[in-house]
Amino acid sequence: MDDILIIGAGQAGMQVAVSLREHGFTGPITLAGSERATPYQRPPLSKAYLSGEADLESLELRAQSFYDDRLIAVRCDDAVVSVAFEGGDGVAVTASGSRIPFAQLALTPGSEPRRVSIPGCDLAGVLYLRDLADADELKARWGAAGRVVVIGGGFIGLEVAAAARKAGKTVTVLEAADRLIARAVSPITSEFFRQAHARRGIDVRVSVQVTGILGTGDIVTGVELADGEVVPADIVLVGIGVIPRSALAEQLGLKLVGGAIVVDEFARTSDPRVVAAGDAVLMPHPLGRPGQVRLESVQNAVDQAKVAAATLMGAPEAYRAVPWFWSDQADLKLQIAGLSTGFDQTVVRGDPDDDHFSVLYYAEGKLIAIDTVNDASDYMVVRRALGRGATIPPELASDTSVSLKSLLVPAAA
Amino acid sequence: MPSITYISPNGTSTTLDARVGDSVMEVAVKHGVDGIVAECGGACSCATCHVYVDAAFQETVGGPGELEDDMLDGAASERLSNSRLSCQIKMRDEFDGLTVHVAPEQL
Repeated sequence: MDDILIIGAGQAGMQVAVSLREHGFTGPITLAGSERATPYQRPPLSKAYLSGEADLESLELRAQSFYDDRLIAVRCDDAVVSVAFEGGDGVAVTASGSRIPFAQLALTPGSEPRRVSIPGCDLAGVLYLRDLADADELKARWGAAGRVVVIGGGFIGLEVAAAARKAGKTVTVLEAADRLIARAVSPITSEFFRQAHARRGIDVRVSVQVTGILGTGDIVTGVELADGEVVPADIVLVGIGVIPRSALAEQLGLKLVGGAIVVDEFARTSDPRVVAAGDAVLMPHPLGRPGQVRLESVQNAVDQAKVAAATLMGAPEAYRAVPWFWSDQADLKLQIAGLSTGFDQTVVRGDPDDDHFSVLYYAEGKLIAIDTVNDASDYMVVRRALGRGATIPPELASDTSVSLKSLLVPAAA
Repeated sequence: MPSITYISPNGTSTTLDARVGDSVMEVAVKHGVDGIVAECGGACSCATCHVYVDAAFQETVGGPGELEDDMLDGAASERLSNSRLSCQIKMRDEFDGLTVHVAPEQL
């Protein structure tokens, strides 16, 4: 038996299946997911899907015929609830009681929203946004909701806030930390987004503590702050981060750190028969800097899935992709290349007040990342530079009269 | 339904039907047209769905927007006057028969 089972039918799981076929794997592939839809794009759920510009069909990553043609068995709406190796072979059991045998396993379970546990958190209208079901519930309440309160000033929260503001709603963002998107960007970029959203009419508050959610009957009516103020709300969208889904990895006895599945640069877990990819995975820094990282992004789901597939085929290739990310918030397009963690210097290029600028991040004089707002040109230059180990002298990078491309210094031979 | 023909770098031709409003990228990716990578899924963030619009349709389809224009500068294949990111071309009835040539390198 050479069956490969992929548990988790999101972006990463789909990519593992596709890459296995591209590598010439001819054995059976099963892609098992808990959701009702075949793999779909999640990023538009907080943007185009919410606004009605995209429907489910347009979100599908592949047509059904694509899977059929490649003999990829996609099993939707039937979560795997247990998994084990019995002797040499593995077997997974789904919620409906089906048994799926396998020789090799890829775990791409993804993550789920961290929940708030404060008084009123179970009221109707307190929503999260991770999957299609969440998005459909949000959408169902969207039209009638005049007042939207977002708890958490991260990417999901700000994207929804921007969409709500664009739709003419009264919007408040409540962030516990002293700045927005604190985990992913520098204070410069955080402060830009605070001001930019405020200019667009969003009430953005940082360093606020939410103490409870109020309702009438079982319907949400507002959010209570530590100082006693109540912010009225028809919808409360909570976006305070995600938790890796690791229940199945735990059943297999895989090494976990902080709930994330630990892999090496070849996407191998602590069990040689199991690879893992995507949001739920903790891996060595892909560009060789110190430490391990867990990346919640489409890019990582895709690139790590390709690495996982190569490993399953016995042709391992180390993960060396440059991380990249984007977030569309109203007319602001944030694009990030590289990982800024560990930076000791930043250079601002352009003027944040123009809604068009970049922040370059350096560690020990070497370029490690960039955030750009509405500047795809700088973003692409740095993304490609990082892939080749090139850098840009920090003392020259702020001069917008010179293109970044012309300042590139190739990697030392 | 307007149709789209994709010509791959090796000359293979694939014709697919699109819904009005679908992007030229998504129709290709959903059906596995080789050479259109589209890592970002259509957010104009990766420049891996680069195509050359056939001369007969260049005027009808038009040129890139500002952001797309900047992304094209960073595309892996040579940028030509008919370069577009296929995620940014949304199908309309008058695009029926649109032919695009897939750029040889995307990554």
